[in-house]
Amino acid sequence: MGCNIDRRGFLAGTAAAAVALAGGRARAASPPSLGFVYVGPVGDFGWSYQHELGRRAVQAKFGDKVKTHYVENVAEGPDSERVFRQLAASGDAMIFATSFGYMNPALRVAQQFPNVKFEIATGYKTLPNAAEYNARFYQGRAVCGTIAGAVSKKGFCGYVAPFPIPEVVMGVNAFTIAARKVNPNFRTKIIWVNTWFDPGKEADAAKSLIDQGADVIAQHTDSPAAMQTAQSRGVYAFGQDSDMRKFGPTAQLTAIINNWAPYYVERTQALLDGTWKTQSVWYGLKEGMVELAPFGPGVTPAAQQAADKVKQGIIDGTLYPFEGPVNDAKGALKVAAGTHPSDHDLLTMNWYVEGVQA
Amino acid sequence: MTASVLIPLLVTVVNSATPLLLAALGELVVERSGVLNLGIEGMMLVGAVCAFATMTLTGSDTLAVLAGAAAGAALSLVFGVLTLTLVANQVATGLALTIFGIGLSALIGKGFTGHPVPALPRLSLHGVSDLPVAGALLFRYDALVYFGLLMTPAIAWFLARSRAGLILRAVGEADLSAHSIGYDVIRIRYLAVLFGGAMSGLGGAYLSLAYTPLWVEDMTAGRGWIALALVVFAAWRPWRVLAGAWLFGGVTVLQLFLQGSGRLPVPSQVLAMVPYLATIIVLTIMSSGALRGRLEAPACLGKPFRPAS
Amino acid sequence: MRIRIERRPIVSRPLLYLTPPLAVVATMLVCFGLFAVMGDNPARSLYAFFIAPLLSGNGLAELGVKAAPLVMIAVGLAAGFRANVWNIGAEGQLTLGAICGGGVALAFWNQPGGWILPLMCLAGILGGMIWAAIPAFLRVVLGVNEILTSLMLTYVASLFLAILVYGPWKDPEGFNYPQSRMFSPAETLPILIPGTRLHLGVVVALLIAIAAWLVMSRSMLGFQIRAAGLAPAAARYAGFSRARLVWITMLASGGLAGLAGVFEVAGPIGQLIPTLTPGYGFTAIIVAFLGRLDPLGIILAGLVVALSYIGGDNAQVVAGLPAATTGLVQGLLLFLLLASDFLVRYRLRIAAPRTTPLPVKAPA
Repeated sequence: MGCNIDRRGFLAGTAAAAVALAGGRARAASPPSLGFVYVGPVGDFGWSYQHELGRRAVQAKFGDKVKTHYVENVAEGPDSERVFRQLAASGDAMIFATSFGYMNPALRVAQQFPNVKFEIATGYKTLPNAAEYNARFYQGRAVCGTIAGAVSKKGFCGYVAPFPIPEVVMGVNAFTIAARKVNPNFRTKIIWVNTWFDPGKEADAAKSLIDQGADVIAQHTDSPAAMQTAQSRGVYAFGQDSDMRKFGPTAQLTAIINNWAPYYVERTQALLDGTWKTQSVWYGLKEGMVELAPFGPGVTPAAQQAADKVKQGIIDGTLYPFEGPVNDAKGALKVAAGTHPSDHDLLTMNWYVEGVQA
Repeated sequence: MTASVLIPLLVTVVNSATPLLLAALGELVVERSGVLNLGIEGMMLVGAVCAFATMTLTGSDTLAVLAGAAAGAALSLVFGVLTLTLVANQVATGLALTIFGIGLSALIGKGFTGHPVPALPRLSLHGVSDLPVAGALLFRYDALVYFGLLMTPAIAWFLARSRAGLILRAVGEADLSAHSIGYDVIRIRYLAVLFGGAMSGLGGAYLSLAYTPLWVEDMTAGRGWIALALVVFAAWRPWRVLAGAWLFGGVTVLQLFLQGSGRLPVPSQVLAMVPYLATIIVLTIMSSGALRGRLEAPACLGKPFRPAS
Repeated sequence: MRIRIERRPIVSRPLLYLTPPLAVVATMLVCFGLFAVMGDNPARSLYAFFIAPLLSGNGLAELGVKAAPLVMIAVGLAAGFRANVWNIGAEGQLTLGAICGGGVALAFWNQPGGWILPLMCLAGILGGMIWAAIPAFLRVVLGVNEILTSLMLTYVASLFLAILVYGPWKDPEGFNYPQSRMFSPAETLPILIPGTRLHLGVVVALLIAIAAWLVMSRSMLGFQIRAAGLAPAAARYAGFSRARLVWITMLASGGLAGLAGVFEVAGPIGQLIPTLTPGYGFTAIIVAFLGRLDPLGIILAGLVVALSYIGGDNAQVVAGLPAATTGLVQGLLLFLLLASDFLVRYRLRIAAPRTTPLPVKAPA
């Protein structure tokens, strides 16, 4: 019995993929199926959870017109390629690979299944059937930095960071540049916890930074532990991935929210319309892929005004967070006055700006 | 390093050592009875989620802590039935228990992610807790920290001095002899395994109720394995478990602190290695010194026992 | 009337082969109830978990790819476990093997030549051996317990890998992401069946297991290892050197784990990445015991455990089970497999009611 169900599902999935490819002219008996692959558990309340919210948004928006399903806790490495292959073979029309480490495995499978569309988060290679998408989180960090510069009495922020990859370095830099525009003496101190996810260690790092005098905590790790620590120690903090207000009602100044839903809806629509093309996008505040949580009680009216200005400037395209002159941590000029780095320079960033202690 | 930095640092060490201490003390008793349960990580996770769920649903921290202990014990009962009654291999069953526990805790926790609970209340003795140095260092922890600290001498006394402890050790060192004198080896081991499970559950509960009062899947992040290593490190002696937990917690917190202070120009990964290397080095020094020969594991550790009845 | 448990005078052969399938069936029955209670379609879920992966060529190839490192590592570990040498740091030895083999690959990147791959394997074996030699040395010379040292060195190894791929070995064209270059064709294991991921390493793993079986069952060394575990005192009396056995079993298990590491990076992964093993070194411990520490048994156990992982992912894909459920099923399967061993060695007898209290002592 199980066998029949399975084979029927398989055939229907393949048919749906074919229909989608043909431009979605006919409403097939069975809607196209979309697969989502997450690196963590959906219950991480962080990175994977936000992607899951994107999936739910797609399902809610398109209802019966698409089927969605997800695979969670898929380790980057040999297992992920098998999962992509299973998804492609079981008839998914489009697969969202939501972690950087999935890029090469997903591309290998994409080559073998030219009819299946792949969407790879935070990668940098594309194929005719594999698009790449990323969010300009640094734009949100610039707004956070502006607030930090305004509210930090000591001009000293502790930054709980996972790994020194460009994404994280870029965020620290954008944050610090923005803060130093408000308070030229502002410093950011980083502690690398060498994990995306270990609430205890994230809390330890936050405590250590607070003990060393930081009165604002920023984080790039996934759990709300640093926020909780800030709350209990009476300092301010910025949330990561999602609104963490519940964990720091008075501590949270704002939070950077990863909102993948608009993009997932857009791409699903393109798939259904038959207009899907490969692309490489890097959306930000303007497109709504990066959002900011409502300002917390600690944000002073002046800080709020400054933050709103920065945010609006970024959205209007009049303000670039990395606009020169920008010096590196040793004082050497890295970005000349009046210029701003290319996307490629940002995506490969491996140096720290003035004011960062890594 | 001034007192204003040192004291919070030490407080962090004591806190971060507590889950390791609780779980490792439990495992120590289990291993002294001759049973090796590698499922600490799984029991900690199930303890963490059950404690958290109880806290969310009832709002009672006493019930929550008890639920954590009970959940850990319940999971260890599965281990007990398999390894003690059915004589399954202990190493493999323990590892399977961890896999099972990770899955079970995630399933139970589905509805509880993303909601904080109030942290366990901390001791607040009028006057005493506000003392300049001693107050912060000694009198401002939550109940589970003190419980861990009290359990250390209690277990040390139990194993060394009490009749029951003597029997437990006999069972771990020479099960056949203990059996032939008339002790019920299996029953004693069951009790030890249940105790170990409850302590692991408490270690998990400490994480989800006090250390970071939240529930997220896999939140123990490998602490069960460290607890297991600490028992070996401690050469199966309670006081040394405490020392090991403080050493490990201390070096971990210190490396984060050193990174933050920016005084050591080495990659953060090198600093992150330090707790593991320090544990090896300290054990090596202890093993090669005067203590050599006193570091042997209980003779029956991990060996199956089944009385031919 | 009560049920008595008796040890069988000899292990029951039929049950030895019958119990594992029985355990799988029992797991399926338990899960059927579990899924039904949880509101899923139990038949569909079980089918996806246990049967679907076995029905396609690709599925079988994946089974081999997943089982190969587990079997290779478990075979090495089993020799140690038999001699009471507790290497639980195969994960770290695998990582070091991958680092050394990968280092060779990066050093000779894009150069032709059939010698590179064998050199990578050699480097990987050496790397794994070196990492295992540390606990072996500390154990033999200073009496330090190898459980702790081998476990701790696992964390050190993965941080060491991180230093390399975040630093000097980072792909120069890789946008500063922590990954090495993709290995060139001469540094990649040949694929045996086009369109699948079945690589040469899978066959090598099988051959290694068979060779290990011959060594363990037919050679003097195998006898010494088994004797050391079963009767340490007698083995010492017979003049078998304990230190030598520690060295041999640690180096063998470390070398095999290292080779498994090379096969992973030169096979399915194709580059060095920070998270190159999903816990193979630890899972292999289960595999070793599930296979009753016998290399041939380990092959079967490796396949069953591999199936439980692949089936778990498949059940997520096809039946929408959350990962938590698959962990639960996997745990249950392992529990029942381990418990089923009981029937092989013991039997239940229904005895007449007794009036006397329970017997405490047994006639020896």
